[in-house]
Amino acid sequence: MIGIKSYGAYIPLLRLSQAEIARAYDRGAGPGELAVANFDEDTITMGVEAGVDCMRGVDRSTIDGVFFACTTPPYREKQSAPVIAEALDLKRELITTDIGNSLRAGTTAMNLALAAVESGRANNVIVVSSEMRRGFPGSEYERLLGDGAASLLIGNSDVIAAFEGSYTISDEMIDNWRAEHDNFVKSWEDRFVLTQGYTRNVHEAVKGLLKKYNLKPKDITKAILYGPDARNHQAMAKELGFDLKTQVQDPMFGAIGNTGTAMTMMTLVAALETAKPGDLLLVASYGDGADAFLIRVTPEIEKARGHRGIKGHINSKRSNLTYNKYLRLRGLLAVEESRRPVEVSSPVMLLRDRETLLAFKGVKCKVCGRVQFPKQRVCYHCRSKDQFDEVRLSDKKATIFTFCVDHLAATGDPPTIKAIIDFEGGGRTLCHMADRNTDAVKIGSEVEMAFRKIHDAMGFHNYTWKPRLVRE
Amino acid sequence: MSIANRCAIIGMGCTKFGERWDTSFNDLIVEAAYEAYADAGIESTDLDAGWIGFTSSSRTGESLAGPLKLDHIAVTHVENACASGMEAIRNACHAVAAGEYKMVLALGVEKLKDSGLAGLPQPGGMHYAHPVLLTQINAPAYYALAATRYFYRYGIDPKKGKEYLAKITVKNHYNGSMHPKAHFQKAVSMETVMSAPIIAWPLGLFDCCPTTDGAAAAIITTPEIAKKYRNDYVLVKSFGLAIGQGMGIVDTDYDWTHWEETEQAAKRAYAGAGVKNPRKEIGMIELHDCFSISELLVYEGLGLCEKGQAGADVDAGTFELKGELPVNPDGGLKSFGHPVGASGVRKVYELYKQLQGKADLPQRQLKNPKLGLAHSQGGHPGAFECIISIVGLPA
Repeated sequence: MIGIKSYGAYIPLLRLSQAEIARAYDRGAGPGELAVANFDEDTITMGVEAGVDCMRGVDRSTIDGVFFACTTPPYREKQSAPVIAEALDLKRELITTDIGNSLRAGTTAMNLALAAVESGRANNVIVVSSEMRRGFPGSEYERLLGDGAASLLIGNSDVIAAFEGSYTISDEMIDNWRAEHDNFVKSWEDRFVLTQGYTRNVHEAVKGLLKKYNLKPKDITKAILYGPDARNHQAMAKELGFDLKTQVQDPMFGAIGNTGTAMTMMTLVAALETAKPGDLLLVASYGDGADAFLIRVTPEIEKARGHRGIKGHINSKRSNLTYNKYLRLRGLLAVEESRRPVEVSSPVMLLRDRETLLAFKGVKCKVCGRVQFPKQRVCYHCRSKDQFDEVRLSDKKATIFTFCVDHLAATGDPPTIKAIIDFEGGGRTLCHMADRNTDAVKIGSEVEMAFRKIHDAMGFHNYTWKPRLVRE
Repeated sequence: MSIANRCAIIGMGCTKFGERWDTSFNDLIVEAAYEAYADAGIESTDLDAGWIGFTSSSRTGESLAGPLKLDHIAVTHVENACASGMEAIRNACHAVAAGEYKMVLALGVEKLKDSGLAGLPQPGGMHYAHPVLLTQINAPAYYALAATRYFYRYGIDPKKGKEYLAKITVKNHYNGSMHPKAHFQKAVSMETVMSAPIIAWPLGLFDCCPTTDGAAAAIITTPEIAKKYRNDYVLVKSFGLAIGQGMGIVDTDYDWTHWEETEQAAKRAYAGAGVKNPRKEIGMIELHDCFSISELLVYEGLGLCEKGQAGADVDAGTFELKGELPVNPDGGLKSFGHPVGASGVRKVYELYKQLQGKADLPQRQLKNPKLGLAHSQGGHPGAFECIISIVGLPA
């Protein structure tokens, strides 16, 4: 049986309210808010978060592939999947790919993962979809788009939900696009985009799927449907014959916004969180055509409740983001250069230290047992030389030993909390905190590690892990 | 063989510290060196070796030989962060004591105000601070980490803790207000200090020393030769140098509430100078108050009071100019300023002048300062290089 073995999701902590956007432009506001990635987050870091969530309870050495779906990857040339693979501490014999350029990339990646497992080429493939699209400041897209990520582990044993069928169509039209040098989403006139793009394609794929497997809408327990916005999502669900109250999974427009490529998978994760054995899920996505899947939930689902997923992130939020700060986080405000030494980096050091920086591995002395990060050659405690085992610290909890609130350091969101943290089981490091909260941080506070971008020195992205107060 | 009484300082010079916009790195060197030559009564041609301490890497002894036109003598650039200047003195003394050279120059200098940076440039680049693991690390933050933990460990409310620190700053500014060469010659109030903007909580602006331009120099020879130049030469009694391993951010046993390198260096310096009870036997101290919390912890590190008790001595005024044991009588790094490489030599300069009874203003002159102790530390908690020099007049 081929299907989903595990799932994970990530929603950034920060939320921008529709009221705050409306305030910035002197107009009336609708309800709701958007999830907004922090200054040190991008689609890779959010993908890692979703991946870490998916890996809870999974033997990481069994993973054969990482497929990363995203239309907003940090690089035009250079793959993102290997960064995620290294951050998840996966093995080196691994199929990785990035799949992008379409809002359908997430479900395309699912399709390809299914094919890889079906063919026997891989046993377990993790599909990660992550997105942070931008609308022009003041545009309707700005009010619609949110940030987030989801991941599914697709494999051939112990599945919590089995794939029972799929239907895919390809279509060519200009509806939404970003050309080579565009940073913001562009689209053609509304009615054309809606009727000739979204509506026609999703309708055709869902009807095609139901017909192919001889099903009626009432046979579906939950429909997980992509939609450009809440109104058109509802219209689609209704037109396809699903009962809005009982049969349609909430795509979370009001809570996090339209998360593009990641949206269908995030909505599917939300559906899995409440699914019962035997439920039949219909998933449909849109973008340059449409994908539709049938997924049957198995009794194994009850073993997969330990993920943070959507439910663990959606109410864990900080909603006081101002529009001004949002512009700054997104790099849309010119800010004065700090009078501090310029950041530097070295691809040579990044390669040499990749297990330290990305997999966040320290060492444990075989002689005296002391855990040390970063790795040392000579033990600080017993002076044994080169007698160490590797220890991964990215998934260890830690507590704050001491901290300060640094107003001098150049950062995308000053001030910075610098903290010395002591890991459970040993080991200590000094780092900047992610999603800093100066009101809540205390000596003794419990923290968890979050993968973040440190800076863009030398024109490439430099990543490692930062602690943050445990998200609740 | 101990270094005690085997090296004599016969001349010293110190530039005006401060924002020396119209003065270059080389100008500062010339100013300090020629004042020291004049004080010693020597010519540059009398020198047979030189040491220069400053923190810009990749420079050589040429940085001293060039501006002073020293004629192919042995010159070495030494570097140990904020302890670089005192390292120049220590290395010079060891060479003189070894008998290799007779008359040497030790000079510390730094030109910080040309950089336009808030705080120090990043010395040593990527091999000092990892470009990804240790980014935007700065000295105030490191010391603030210690302050937070110190207050926590000893149950001191941060507001009360900041008050102790403010009193140290007020003392140093008061002392510096009387020194014509100090960067800031202005006393400040507790209110000014306490209400200053935060730099790295819990440390505010007045808990941090400034970035400063300046240089200071010493002429060192043997006691035998010194007698030919002056009677009030100053003898080196001992040095203590201790270097940390940088494990404060790795080793979970490192407590962030005491300066181990200071304790280790003090142990060696006291042994070398035969000091049993520093609080009684030392008459004045110039210590490394780059941040107010540093001074507080150095009191404890030097064994002047019990651990966690320094605040009581601050309240009692023990270390004020008229107190039991004056600390930083010239204003310290906070008020006199901190041109990194120069500071170690400047500290010895103050002790030298006080021992000779030549503190420029009578109200600054300490009565019977006995032994003087100068303390420099570079780096950061857990990774300090700490050097202590004890000096005194000939018996």
